[in-house]
Amino acid sequence: MTIVATIPRLGHVERRTSRLPRLLAGAAGRGPAGLNQHERCFGALPLPDVAWNGDKAAARRALARLIDEVERSGLTGRGGAGFPTGRKLRAVAAGAGPAVVVANGSEGEPASRKDRLLLLRAPHLVLDGITLAAFAVGATEAYLVVHGIDSKLIARLEGAVRAREVAGIDPVMIEVVGIDDRYVASEQTAIVQYLNGGPGLPTFAPPRAHERGVANRPTAVNNIETLAHMALIARYGHAWFREAGVPAAPGTALVTVSGAVLRPGVYEIELGTPISEVIGLAGGPAERPQAILTGGYFGTWLPAEVAWTVPMSHPGLRSVGAAMGAGVLIVLPDTSCGLAETARVVRYLADEGAGQCGPCIFGLPALADALADLACHGGRGDAARRIAGLIPLIEGRGACRHPDGATQLAASALKAFGHDAHWHDVGGPCFTVRRPPLLPVPGAASAW
Amino acid sequence: MLHRATAAVAARARGGECLVSYRLKVNPIMCKAHGLCAELLPEFIDRDPWGYPIVPDEPVPHDLEDLSRRAAATCPTLALIVSKGRR
Repeated sequence: MTIVATIPRLGHVERRTSRLPRLLAGAAGRGPAGLNQHERCFGALPLPDVAWNGDKAAARRALARLIDEVERSGLTGRGGAGFPTGRKLRAVAAGAGPAVVVANGSEGEPASRKDRLLLLRAPHLVLDGITLAAFAVGATEAYLVVHGIDSKLIARLEGAVRAREVAGIDPVMIEVVGIDDRYVASEQTAIVQYLNGGPGLPTFAPPRAHERGVANRPTAVNNIETLAHMALIARYGHAWFREAGVPAAPGTALVTVSGAVLRPGVYEIELGTPISEVIGLAGGPAERPQAILTGGYFGTWLPAEVAWTVPMSHPGLRSVGAAMGAGVLIVLPDTSCGLAETARVVRYLADEGAGQCGPCIFGLPALADALADLACHGGRGDAARRIAGLIPLIEGRGACRHPDGATQLAASALKAFGHDAHWHDVGGPCFTVRRPPLLPVPGAASAW
Repeated sequence: MLHRATAAVAARARGGECLVSYRLKVNPIMCKAHGLCAELLPEFIDRDPWGYPIVPDEPVPHDLEDLSRRAAATCPTLALIVSKGRR
């Protein structure tokens, strides 16, 4: 990753000319960007004075301008769903009573590293975004949610919040909150329930968070990368934002590339960049690629030859039946067994469920068993049929999208590795099953 | 409850199309697979291999509306939700 920071004069928001990097521009060097370095690079936070002095009519005009700017930029959520950020902010701002802003930095996706990197390298850009979002929706409380186990990150973020308190930057205090280190705990309704004093598990919507979330108040839950983009849009405007990316998917995004590539890591790309170029940024394939997992563990396997030319953007990936998710790409080499990798990940997802909804409690382990049978033992001709039969019994039947993610992954594996599935099923496992796992599964994964 | 049912009956008696429809939804967190809903409405609600109800996402047929309200009221965990909408 090349991080080239052009440093404008202090306190002067200059239009940046080079298109990349954007989010990581302030993070020259290895360490986190301090408040001084952050302001030297991006300029001071352009928060209108009315955010402080309580002139209500002027504040309303200023926040309408801010939301307009975000809406016109075409910024969409970078957490996975890709919902238009401006529309979400408008809905929360229109809600009854004072609102709450929640910045989601609890990256549940095991193959994604971008949120942690952004929080470590450019914490003040994220905190700027939280303050702007809080102003835009008229929030009186703001939370930055990360994994509780990550004490190093929490200490750094609390340090950054204190530095801003001393400098008097944020009108609304930002509280750093550590949540459970579980896949489902990073889901939006789970975070809301946790902040309300309950367990960090998903709940059954409605009410949706933007109507009644934390303390029953309208709540804007945004991914931290989304908020960092907002901090840049507020400074340089929507037209600048649209200079990068493509009209259908403007701006840049952080992506995590791993698997069989020469330089796995987090890269900032312009949306719409073909997947082959994104993999090129990561040093190119280390071995002959067989398939690419797009969108992470809730994502879709695409055969390498299909994925190669697909633009990395929500509409681009949707056009081939995949999803961008949180911008994860994993390159599976020819020497790995896609079915074995999928079986392992689905087992992990089954273990990681909240244990609340029947179809997920019983369906996901059954799906994982069937996949493991197919991958390791051969299915005696019926494993593929069993898997196909289980998918509709699981899909869409949980309170959250956790089971749907697992079925999506399984269904795409049967499609992308259709030949393998057939031969495994009738002939027995292939020899590449024995290769060490490629897809990272956190913690002590249960035997499969 | 009663007056709504009577309105539907009256509308049907007049030979007119009843504009109100009901849909059933399961709160999957609350549902503990007691299976009473599937017992009461076998024509509409199916059960998966683990006993949890499979409820089609379509309006409840008119002749099952009263039973569907009873099923919702009988559910031991109150997981079955009746929602009203336009047909």
